[in-house]
Amino acid sequence: MEHVELFFKSIFIDNMVFATFLGMCSYLAVSKKVSTAVGLGAAVIFVLAVTVPMNWLLDQYVLRPGALTWLGAEYADYDLSFLSFILFIATIATMVQLVEIVVEKFAPALYTSLGIFLPLIAVNCAILGGSLFMQSRDIQTLGLAFNYGLASGIGWFLAILAIAAIREKIRYSNVPAPLRGLGITFIITGLMAIGFMSFGGMLTGGEEKTETTDEVAKVEVQKQDAATEDESLAEVSQEINNK
Amino acid sequence: MALLSKKDTGLLLDPLADNNPITIQVLGICSALAITAQLKASIVMALSVVFVLAVGNVVISLMRNIIPSKIRIIVQLVVVAALVIIVDQVLKAFAYELSKTLSVFVGLIITNCIIMGRFEAFALGNGPYRSFLDGIGNAAGYGLILIIVGFFRELLGSGTLLGFKVLGDPIAKTGLYAIGYENNGFMLLSPMALIVVGIIIWIQRSRNSALIEEN
Repeated sequence: MEHVELFFKSIFIDNMVFATFLGMCSYLAVSKKVSTAVGLGAAVIFVLAVTVPMNWLLDQYVLRPGALTWLGAEYADYDLSFLSFILFIATIATMVQLVEIVVEKFAPALYTSLGIFLPLIAVNCAILGGSLFMQSRDIQTLGLAFNYGLASGIGWFLAILAIAAIREKIRYSNVPAPLRGLGITFIITGLMAIGFMSFGGMLTGGEEKTETTDEVAKVEVQKQDAATEDESLAEVSQEINNK
Repeated sequence: MALLSKKDTGLLLDPLADNNPITIQVLGICSALAITAQLKASIVMALSVVFVLAVGNVVISLMRNIIPSKIRIIVQLVVVAALVIIVDQVLKAFAYELSKTLSVFVGLIITNCIIMGRFEAFALGNGPYRSFLDGIGNAAGYGLILIIVGFFRELLGSGTLLGFKVLGDPIAKTGLYAIGYENNGFMLLSPMALIVVGIIIWIQRSRNSALIEEN
């Protein structure tokens, strides 16, 4: 249950692009065509799902106050959390390099479709942001950390897919000249973010704790609907990738 | 003799308007927009980026001849990360409340595209003095947008500036509130940051038609 809740919360409510503006640079730069957007989105899902658990381990056993107790009782007082930025970014840069080598070796088709996006991901704020939010939200287990990374990646993927599709269509509309390109993209993203805010009550059914069982059941059903939808979306994206 | 040659002045002033990192170069939007609900947070963020970018540009520019080009991304990341840790520790020591507001976004200065972008595009090919000016100029252009957005969002959203109630007291109904003005709480929500930046881009490109994009 905890896993399901975190999964949907990370995709819809705390969507990386619409709620926290992470990865906006590549989101704006690479969303001109759906095909490239899918490539980058898939790479982001992949790298987030790998680096967030890695950094969770690092945080749990090296960085947080008292994390070094496994070395011996005299290390219990050390607090290395000020080093987290540099260690996280080093992990991410190394992992991206490693992932690149492995993918090139074992899945050359995927490698060519991801192309230059893989190395660029090292400096994508969504990746470092994922690890930093993982730290500040105090995620409890390794499984949850993996879940969080995967779901945030899927949320980012959905966002860039949606904006790329809209931008392909908007080429045929009569946008005021000064707004063309960047300006209209900003405003559309703002409107989409307002839309995504309506997911806010998805898990709690509003702020009130006094829900009737009917409402709870309704929320459950909605959640399941979202789950099936999401699975089909993931399948579609996988197919696109395979092609 | 002037303190700055004409070229140097250009380095400093161009990024403020016609070559602005946010609205023209599309760099550094990532960590910028989420913290602009308050003017104070925007100013602190802008100052942090000025510090990181100016010092980082100088350091990278000094090392530009000894960095092997294959591992330059990692070297750059390490330099930025070290500078950001300094900023983060200073904020935690002297402005703890504010550092809580900024939360992870201080850390995200590391992956702020504007930093890597300027390192790659300028510091790797120019001397330390000009890199310093370029860093200051670009970070100031970034900060300018941040402060404009922060100004409007705080003024329209909560009726305050830097925490001062400039439009009167909404509860005691003084100032503008006496004639029925209401705060627009929507301005405090994150989507409005995007729309405000969109409007800034619109105004800027209406004034300078050379900046208009094809599509």
